[in-house]
Amino acid sequence: MHIVVSIKQVPDTSEVRIDPRTNTMIRSGVPSIINPDDVHALEEAIRLKEQFGGRVTVVTMGPAQARDALRETISYGADEAILCSDRRFAGADTLATSYALWKAILKIGEAEPVDLLLCGRQALDGDTGQVPPGLATRLGWPQLTSVFKIEELELSARRIVVHRAVEGGEEIVCSRLPCVITCTREINIPRYPSFPNMVRAARYQPTTWDKTDLGIDDDSQIGLRGSPTIVSKVWAPGPRKRGATVLIDGSDPEAAASQLVRLLMHEPLLEVEVASAGDKHD
Amino acid sequence: MKRLKRRTLSEANLAATDRFDVVVVGAGLAGTAASYLLAKAGLSVLCVERGEDPGTKNVMGGILYRQPTEKILPGWWKDAPVERPIVEERIWLVTPDSMVQGGFRSARYGEEPYNAFSVLRVKFDKWFADQAVGAGAVLVTDTVVEDVLRENGRIVGVTTGREQGDVHGDIVIAADGVNSLLSKKAGLHPELAPHQVALVTKEIINMSREKIEDRFLLNANEGATIEVFGDSTMGMLGYGFIYTNRDSLSIGVGALLSDLIKKKINPNVLMEHFKSHPMVKRLLEGGEAKEYMAHLIPEGGAASMPPVYRQGMLVVGDAAGLSNPIYREGSNLALMSAKFAAQVCVEAHERGDFSAEMLSRYQTLLDESFIMDDLRGYSKTSSFFQGKPQFLERYPEILVDALHEFLTVDNVPKRAKQRRILRQVLSRRAPWELARDAVGALRALT
Ligand SMILES: Cc1cc2nc3c(=O)[nH]c(=O)nc-3n(C[C@H](O)[C@H](O)[C@H](O)COP(=O)(O)OP(=O)(O)OC[C@H]3O[C@@H](n4cnc5c(N)ncnc54)[C@H](O)[C@@H]3O)c2cc1C
Repeated sequence: MHIVVSIKQVPDTSEVRIDPRTNTMIRSGVPSIINPDDVHALEEAIRLKEQFGGRVTVVTMGPAQARDALRETISYGADEAILCSDRRFAGADTLATSYALWKAILKIGEAEPVDLLLCGRQALDGDTGQVPPGLATRLGWPQLTSVFKIEELELSARRIVVHRAVEGGEEIVCSRLPCVITCTREINIPRYPSFPNMVRAARYQPTTWDKTDLGIDDDSQIGLRGSPTIVSKVWAPGPRKRGATVLIDGSDPEAAASQLVRLLMHEPLLEVEVASAGDKHD
Repeated sequence: MKRLKRRTLSEANLAATDRFDVVVVGAGLAGTAASYLLAKAGLSVLCVERGEDPGTKNVMGGILYRQPTEKILPGWWKDAPVERPIVEERIWLVTPDSMVQGGFRSARYGEEPYNAFSVLRVKFDKWFADQAVGAGAVLVTDTVVEDVLRENGRIVGVTTGREQGDVHGDIVIAADGVNSLLSKKAGLHPELAPHQVALVTKEIINMSREKIEDRFLLNANEGATIEVFGDSTMGMLGYGFIYTNRDSLSIGVGALLSDLIKKKINPNVLMEHFKSHPMVKRLLEGGEAKEYMAHLIPEGGAASMPPVYRQGMLVVGDAAGLSNPIYREGSNLALMSAKFAAQVCVEAHERGDFSAEMLSRYQTLLDESFIMDDLRGYSKTSSFFQGKPQFLERYPEILVDALHEFLTVDNVPKRAKQRRILRQVLSRRAPWELARDAVGALRALT
């Protein structure tokens, strides 16, 4: 089985600050990490490889610095990692990104057909979750988003059954292979890489493909030119206003319950706190 | 047994993941220098560092010296992330409300190739490690070495905290810093005693370049250092320091661990005490504390050093106790010891001989260099000043009061003033005590 995992290197938002004047992210000096959802996708790919055999190829589009992220994927057990990097790719939105990655996946598939494309559900820095569906559309493959469990995979029958998180519940879906799956963090707990894989990763030199390697000769599809999205304004939401607090005496549960219901029905902006009989409040 | 000599880089790169010519533990100054030199000599070398990146765990004042570092990487300062070349070094002797100062400033130090630079280890170590990797060393970070690997009593590698974590090497270089776990595991020395280490706390305080240059009387991009003795350590053996970085100050204070324990002084309290000294406070005003860290420094010089080699293993840098804090030297000793160790590894590799006898060459190289000469001197200094708080408490006060008396203009004839000063001094310290301390200090420092 050949699994491709598409990843993104993102700034570690636990260390990101917002410039109060321009309202944009201050990226300089912020360490980069593999987008957290993508690590779960990678882990799932490695688990499938361990179960069914085969290979895992990782691909990303980004600047040369993304090599660090790719090397890290080798420490988890990926077999090969490919960086799509070209000055012309700069400024790409999700549409242009999915175009370049699509070309890369086609090229990867030429060497060995791809059975499964795994991605993280969304990226920490953009939160759009648009690239995987874009890839699925371009590849003409089914897309299964927000997957938190792979129930079964039958290689011979070329089908896969997964659990998807949907609004208010879950969905169990069956799809044919190849398909695109986006993983949520609930799908697994990523491993602590073994020492031999750390050494392999330390030595690994990712393959780099530029525009020409990918056979892209139409610049209108890539980078800034291929990006119809315009970000007109970015702002940090102001601090949330707190409503008043009403304390309900919980010594009589029934009375407390009906008071609570009344409050919630009529004053939905109130924060309600129920004090149980023994609690002291000052 | 003659082994293949000088494998090319790509061959070394293709080698198995569990065997290297040399395994270096720690990517600090010593470990990275050794890795760099060994890789350049064509040996396969693995360097294992516990920090997420080299430098993230490391603390130094930090003044890095140009010339010793050049013994590893000629011209390093042209590319390396340095903060400011140091053009002025000051020494302060302080009492709670006064200070006596001395210093040296030279325009020569402001010219290429410079003498010393302030550095931030987080940036410098990462860059330095990149040079080693560029030369062909394999660097594995985020991985703790937990023990040495033994086979029939011989050291044959190390074991890390990861799955399948054993890795073999003909020689292990312990470059894991002060209080070296590895040399303890190899049975080279017991746990350090509290009088053999100093505990230093350090803060990085952000400040604009202009403010730094105004306050320290510096031309653009030049740097200064201040070492502060006396009340800065509340009478304990140690000192405080203030160094200028590009747009921050490094400030720290440290004292012998045994003194801190004896006086029951919390290192944070010591730091606050230092920062609130009127002369220090003035320099920090308007700065914004950014980072806080603490670290040990090996004390006691040659007398506290563990054996630095055994069959299959060499110990370098702070791990070997190579530190001369009174002269603010440590980085240079780490780098030079790494160079000697690398040299011995290459010779051992060429002969295929990793015996204790072969590796004892390293001890000889240390002995023949300035390192052991200085560290024997430091042992003398350190043991003399231990348990003699008068040098950092009583004498600064006596000196300050004498100068205060002398410089206060109050219509008293100069001769009478001199007599008054002498009387004051002698009332606080007997002549024979003064004589004994003066002779002792002179001997200890020379
Ligand atoms: C506050 C302070 C100020 C100083 N100021 C100066 C100065 O201004 N000038 C100067 O020359 N010297 C100074 N020194 C001394 C200098 O910092 C040291 O001598 C020097 O850093 C020693 O280098 P090293 O490589 O031996 O050790 P370190 O730089 O401490 O490196 C040891 C490395 O080993 C790693 N490590 C440790 N254990 C393990 C393990 N089990 N597995 C894997 N990795 C491990 C650590 O993470 C670290 O990266 C100062 C020291 C301190 C504490």
